[in-house]
Amino acid sequence: MDQTAKQTTNQQHPIGIYLKVWALLFVLSALSYMVDYFQFQGYLRWTLVLIFMFLKAGFIISIFMHLGWERYALKCTLLLPPLAIGVLIWLMAMEADYTFSSRQLFLGQ
Amino acid sequence: MTTETNKPTVDTRWQSLNSDWANDKETFPMPWGKLMMWIFLLSDTFIFSIFLTGYMNVRMSATEPWPNTSEVFALTIAGQHIPLILIAIMTFVLITSSGTMALAVNYAYQGDRKKTFLLMIATALLGASFVGMQAFEWSKLIHEGVRPWGNPMGATQFGSAFFMITGFHGIHVSAGVIYLSIIANRVRKGHYEGKGYHIVEITGLYWHFVDLVWVFIFAFFYLW
Repeated sequence: MDQTAKQTTNQQHPIGIYLKVWALLFVLSALSYMVDYFQFQGYLRWTLVLIFMFLKAGFIISIFMHLGWERYALKCTLLLPPLAIGVLIWLMAMEADYTFSSRQLFLGQ
Repeated sequence: MTTETNKPTVDTRWQSLNSDWANDKETFPMPWGKLMMWIFLLSDTFIFSIFLTGYMNVRMSATEPWPNTSEVFALTIAGQHIPLILIAIMTFVLITSSGTMALAVNYAYQGDRKKTFLLMIATALLGASFVGMQAFEWSKLIHEGVRPWGNPMGATQFGSAFFMITGFHGIHVSAGVIYLSIIANRVRKGHYEGKGYHIVEITGLYWHFVDLVWVFIFAFFYLW
């Protein structure tokens, strides 16, 4: 337990940064809701939804969860493995395309 | 063996990565509970990613049209028909709770037990109201005939994806509310005096993660 006390890894930061990020998250959420409210469609919709989503996720992880202030070793441990999910998404999207075309061919949609 | 450094400070992030792993010491200098929470959240990331990827797969391969979420989750408030409004309110409630949690962690490290307790309880109450709205949303959809095996609006896969993903997220929020209440009560009683307040940060990590997952569900399930 002494060891824990010795480590000065307390994540203490000025309160102002939390309030600013909090306000920013509200704005970003409002903006992503507006995308639906004004019924943007197609590539514009997807671009905006993904930009707002990644900005929100980034702020939550780096500021609220303090990952921005953590050591590089922890960042690598946490951020590198999820890259494998990108491969899964790619494979499943191909699979879904194939299933869709098979259904259209054989189920007579 | 050329990387032997006698410098007390490490300059670049690569040097810090190297020295954290290669020097004969603890790799992650943080309380073990915090590291374990991070590892748990990493595994949870994979669970939710697999749910969302599975949802993407069934949605892309569905030949029937997918129900229009903008209309399915619309509410009529004071005679006004507002699309997706319930989900927008839920999103704002969850973000508000993330903010109160961040402040709770800050006050915990300042040693302000009273403010920490109050902010954690506020977070738990906001979380409980989120679950309440989700229960309302579920009962509304069940009433309209949405089932895991079919629904009157379109593709059958809509129901199973919806109940699975939002249900699993709702369970996470509910567990978080219980977790927060327990820790908040212990903070109030002074259980962590002398031990340090890392536990509030650890609880915060879990809570922010729940909010983080909602960001992705909101984008992929409701805005697609």
